[in-house]
Amino acid sequence: MAHSARRDSPELPDFSLLKRLVRDQLIYLLEQLPGKKDLFIEADLMSPLDRIANVSTLKQHEVDKLYKVEYKPIISTSDQLCFLIRPRIQTVKWICDVANADKAAGKFRRYKIIFTPQKFYACEAVLEEQGLFGDVTTDEWAFYLLPLDDDIISLELPEFFRDNFLAGDQRWVRTAGSALHLLHSVYGPFSKLYGIGRCAKMAYESWREQVEEGETKPRQAEIGNVFLIDRDVDFVTPLCSQVVYEGLVDDIFRIKCGCVEFGPDVTSSDKSLKVMLNSQDKVFNEIRNEHFSNVFGFLSQKARNLQTAYDKRRGMDIKQMKTFVSEELKGLKHEHRLLSLHIGASESIMKKKTKQDFQELLKTEHSLLEGFEIRECISFIEEHINRQVSMIESLRLLCLLSITENGLLPKDFRSLKAQYLQSYGVDHLLTFANLRQLGLLVEQQPGETLTVMESKVGKLVNDKTAGKLTDAFSSLAKKSNFRALSRKLNLVPKSDEEYDLRVPRDMAYIFSGAYIPLSCKLIEQVLERDGWTGLEEVTRLLNGHEFAVTGANGADVKAKSDAQRVVLVMFLGGCTFSEISALRFLGRERGYKFIVVTTAITNSSRLIEALLDNHV
Amino acid sequence: MAFITANWNPLGEAFYRKTELYEMCWNLRDGLRDSLVAAAPYGGPIALLREPHRRSPSSRPQLEIYSASGVSIASFPWKSGPVVQLGWTVSDELLCIQEDGSVLIYDLFGSFKRHFSMGQEVVQSQVLEAKVFHSPYGTGVAIVTGSSRLTLATNIDDLKLRRLPEVPGLQGKPSCWVVLTQDRQTKVLLSNGPELYILDSTSCTAVCPPGVSPQDGIVHMSVSFSYKYLALFTDTGHLWTGPSHLQDKMIEIDTKKKTTPKQMVWCRRPKSQQPSVVLMWDRLLLVAGVCSDTIQFPIEDPCVLVGELDGVRIISSTNQELLQEVPLVCQDIFKIASMAPGALLLEAHREYEKSSQKADEYLREIKEQSMLGEAVRQCVEAAGHEYDTNTQKSLLRAASFGKCFLTDFSPDQFVLTCRELRVLNAVRENGVGLPLTHTQFKQMTLQVLIDRLVYRQFYPLAIEICRYLKIPDYQGVSRVLKHWASCKVQQKDLSDEAIARAVCVKVGDSPGVSYSHIAAKAYECGRTELAIKLLDFEARSGEQVPLLLKMKRSQLALSKAVESGDTDLVYTVVSYLKNEMNRGDFFMTLRNQPVALSLYRQFCKLQEQDTLKDLYNQDDDHQELANYYVTASYREKRLESRLSLLQSAVDEYNKAKNEFAAKATEDEMRLLRFQRKLDDEKGAGLLGLSLQATMEALLALGLHKQAEQLYRDFRVPDKRYWWLKLKSLAEKEEWEELEKFSKSKKSPIGYLAFVDICMKCNNKYEAKKYVSKVTPEQKVKAHLAVSDLEGAADAAIERRNESEMGAVLSRCSTSDRLLIDRLNRARATAPKK
Repeated sequence: MAHSARRDSPELPDFSLLKRLVRDQLIYLLEQLPGKKDLFIEADLMSPLDRIANVSTLKQHEVDKLYKVEYKPIISTSDQLCFLIRPRIQTVKWICDVANADKAAGKFRRYKIIFTPQKFYACEAVLEEQGLFGDVTTDEWAFYLLPLDDDIISLELPEFFRDNFLAGDQRWVRTAGSALHLLHSVYGPFSKLYGIGRCAKMAYESWREQVEEGETKPRQAEIGNVFLIDRDVDFVTPLCSQVVYEGLVDDIFRIKCGCVEFGPDVTSSDKSLKVMLNSQDKVFNEIRNEHFSNVFGFLSQKARNLQTAYDKRRGMDIKQMKTFVSEELKGLKHEHRLLSLHIGASESIMKKKTKQDFQELLKTEHSLLEGFEIRECISFIEEHINRQVSMIESLRLLCLLSITENGLLPKDFRSLKAQYLQSYGVDHLLTFANLRQLGLLVEQQPGETLTVMESKVGKLVNDKTAGKLTDAFSSLAKKSNFRALSRKLNLVPKSDEEYDLRVPRDMAYIFSGAYIPLSCKLIEQVLERDGWTGLEEVTRLLNGHEFAVTGANGADVKAKSDAQRVVLVMFLGGCTFSEISALRFLGRERGYKFIVVTTAITNSSRLIEALLDNHV
Repeated sequence: MAFITANWNPLGEAFYRKTELYEMCWNLRDGLRDSLVAAAPYGGPIALLREPHRRSPSSRPQLEIYSASGVSIASFPWKSGPVVQLGWTVSDELLCIQEDGSVLIYDLFGSFKRHFSMGQEVVQSQVLEAKVFHSPYGTGVAIVTGSSRLTLATNIDDLKLRRLPEVPGLQGKPSCWVVLTQDRQTKVLLSNGPELYILDSTSCTAVCPPGVSPQDGIVHMSVSFSYKYLALFTDTGHLWTGPSHLQDKMIEIDTKKKTTPKQMVWCRRPKSQQPSVVLMWDRLLLVAGVCSDTIQFPIEDPCVLVGELDGVRIISSTNQELLQEVPLVCQDIFKIASMAPGALLLEAHREYEKSSQKADEYLREIKEQSMLGEAVRQCVEAAGHEYDTNTQKSLLRAASFGKCFLTDFSPDQFVLTCRELRVLNAVRENGVGLPLTHTQFKQMTLQVLIDRLVYRQFYPLAIEICRYLKIPDYQGVSRVLKHWASCKVQQKDLSDEAIARAVCVKVGDSPGVSYSHIAAKAYECGRTELAIKLLDFEARSGEQVPLLLKMKRSQLALSKAVESGDTDLVYTVVSYLKNEMNRGDFFMTLRNQPVALSLYRQFCKLQEQDTLKDLYNQDDDHQELANYYVTASYREKRLESRLSLLQSAVDEYNKAKNEFAAKATEDEMRLLRFQRKLDDEKGAGLLGLSLQATMEALLALGLHKQAEQLYRDFRVPDKRYWWLKLKSLAEKEEWEELEKFSKSKKSPIGYLAFVDICMKCNNKYEAKKYVSKVTPEQKVKAHLAVSDLEGAADAAIERRNESEMGAVLSRCSTSDRLLIDRLNRARATAPKK
């Protein structure tokens, strides 16, 4: 980044400790079942597990064969089966089927289920119903947190979003609380906690309870402040196309558990390659937060530097050459390899994204965010649906339209939905029901049309009166009040100025200068004001549930230690790489270090896919 | 002070002393005669059952419970069957073993707790003798039945009855027997006349200890407190002692007494090499040690001996004494003319108090031998063993005096002893009556002492002790308060409010005291209302739930569970309610608890689909019900049932006033029927496709008429249909057909799309046909698409649009000199925007 970090920014805590803790616990659990055993691992636990303990570690502890849970009859011959699963009823039912099949075949085996991160009563109830409570032993592996990078920790619970926000099932809230408690007991005590959202508040309360139950030892805090935020506070940000390098890679190639698989078109060979994307990768580390338009320039500069480094060889004597080969060459080679990989990836992204349609898509998104030429946007979306460009993208645009416009006009609402159903099948009726429930795709209530009117009027009249108008209307409806928020928090920079993406001015650079992510703006404002004072209007528009509390030991607050500037941000329901980039930018600007804890890394596709209800 | 050795009696190398503990507070009319007495070790309570064998119902025997100092704790008439034996458990509960083999358990205050039986056959054969014993596993009971069989239970809290093998030749009860615990096994040693047997759970082995003459009948036996030593008394008046494994003999003494002693108890202090046995006859108490000497004490009253860890308590109707071996350190200090450092230090201090310079001489003497540290240690230790507070004080003062002359001497032991002695003195008080020695106290631990005080409801004292010894609240004060509160809720004479208030005031929010625990106790006593009041104080709502369920306050339990935020708990309550209530009520309950409802819905979605339907039905949630039908329709393979499910969905959508969804579902039904028809006619394989996909498939199959029909029937927007047809024709490369189509009417999607799609199929020739039809705004784009730069330039110049000209320019290569010039010229004249 062209911008250098402030020199006084604090150090990040070392999170590898978390990995060691869970590894030891897993080994302990495996040893509870002595002797050779086959291990069945739930599919979405494979990658996280790999980051904790590799196959050879598992084999050392008498794991014979590894299988993926596939909901099919098993072929294992071992007489001890161990299942490492998430607490899901469906998986437990499958295990019951396996055990019952063995019983019917007169086969005797020992079964052990390790639930992670915790077990649920409902799962045990299934075992009980199936009469297997005595035959199957259960355990818990408290694997709450997986550090994905120096500053990203994930709970790896993608279902958190749907379960909590759509189904209203709060079972994971306690999990979030426990995860926070774990961080608190290792890196705390926290001196200040802020948060917004219903779930955030509940997670905070669950944490509070756990702190009160256990004993706390006074220790040097490594993390001072905590900010909890619900995903449903800001749906706009994750629905936008990402244009920062890391986000783009995630949108296109899908980063899974900090690891991406580049296909043959990127590696320019016939094999695909799995690459870890984190700060260890020097090249990636420098471009991950860059707007995509800068990436090529940077990469070519890097290539030139590399060439100069190689060129140093010329005119070296034997001795110098020897040290060069032994010391530098390996590093250069490695860097070279990474560089060519990222150039490959960028080219592939370019191919997909510099096309006309992508530019138009971005233009539409920006128009929606700014709130003008809405009719053109609607016809763009309509065409998008009609031409069946992409099932997910179309929904994403519909949702973005609905949120930014505070709902669709009844006529548009019907016609767009009807067209969508014609394109993708009537089963999406259920998807629409889900989207409506979350407030992502709604019909404007009569009377609210005024807000749209007002937003247009707002352009003409001065901002102050428009603000008042908005407030008056928004109090009627509790749905998205994006326009009003956008004006209150200045989320959309004035478009008449040229935005130099190479020298970012504010967090808007992550969306080509068109929009400052609401979630990150809230964090900035609250940290600046040390609370929610002065933001009353904003919190009202966001439906409240905000809190700011001083941690258990108030004495520490005054100590202006480094820890005070380490801020842990917990996203309940997932966060995007763009938001992480924005926070990193904010951190550099203000001398903070942000640690992002999220229930899972998300993006627009994952968000929408979680809400689909078609039965394909 | 001077006469401290006055009550010492030498026996071999050791001394024995008898210390008076209490003048008994009780007032026994008939002394201890004709009574069944049980006194618990470690200064435990005394139970007394007068004339247990009196059977006339008119005058029932009285069961009395006293503290060790004789303070009456409880007294009540014995209404059950004849009692053979009384005994105390380790947690101060009274065991009453009846003739019929049932064992009744009472607490310290004489209230009945529970009972168990020593076996069915005993009811017939009757219990002849019984013994209560203590082992690492808890308190055990052993009995001899009328059929000469032995049964024992090692731990009465985890009752497992073991019937021991038959003893050959045994008729009636054995001459004597004891229970031993060896090698983690409980055994019985039993004599039948001259024969001696060891019984374990499987075998009965005859044994003969070395030195016991085989003719002598063994009439009494006793095992030491630690089960290490055994004493046998023969009918010839010989006392044999040895280790309890019976391999060696320690000593054999001829007591010259032919009568069987009434009681025989070991008197031994831990680690001492001088074990001795105390025997009691009607008027004589005899102490026999390892040497052939004995000490004899005359006694006037009938007494009871209680074996302790480090001595024997002698309880008579008037007073209570402790007989013990004088600890070595006390001997060292107090022995006449002793030169031990402790003795010298004590002397030095005494002189010092008299302001005599001799103090200095004594001190010098100790210091010359550099024994001052040892001297202090001796004094501190001896103070612990002394019962008299004045002696304790003078020893501790001496220690403190000696300490002044030492530079780096850890005060810990001194401080600890002072504190512990203060506690011991407090519990030895008459009113409390726990005559514990320091050795016993160390063995039983402070925790147990507090428990004992709590059992006796000496709550303030227990709390004071906890505070004084600075025990963490969790293990100390809180524990006491918990007991207190549990006891308080049982007070029947107080109102619910008064108790709840009292409990709340006292307990406050002490750590580790669980209100739900107290409430559970209240509920056990049948005070449900009080329990609910107490539960309100419980901060953790999770803790309240199980009890509320037990009390059948399920609604309250549900809301508390929801409050706790613990979904497991909510689910527990939900599944409980599901079994407990009828469906309607159950659903109604859930309706008021959205969290529980959504949890249950999630569960039903995975486990019981049909319940889900009922749930929505109950709520008149037509929207959800309709969604449910739609979901269900996708699981249905047969078209008819699918259609009927969809019809239900339509009905429900209509009821929910969701016309849009109803219409969409109707369309879907229509589409399905249409697809079915075509599948049957043409085998097109359309069933289940979306409208768009169906039309696509139809066009691909060349069924243009049918596609057209769908387009009209389903009011497909023109744009969509044109896009579709365009794409499909181009893909099939039916260029003539495409041209015809383009001319059928004015294209709603413009003609640039035609150009694009042709180019996509690499047909430049066809593409060019449509360029002219493109609207002026898109002309440049269209020309560029077919790479006709000239045309593009013309169009741009005609439109005098600068940015379009720029776009054309950017496509020009250097060879297009002319064109570039022309464009640049035009650009210069173009109006600036």
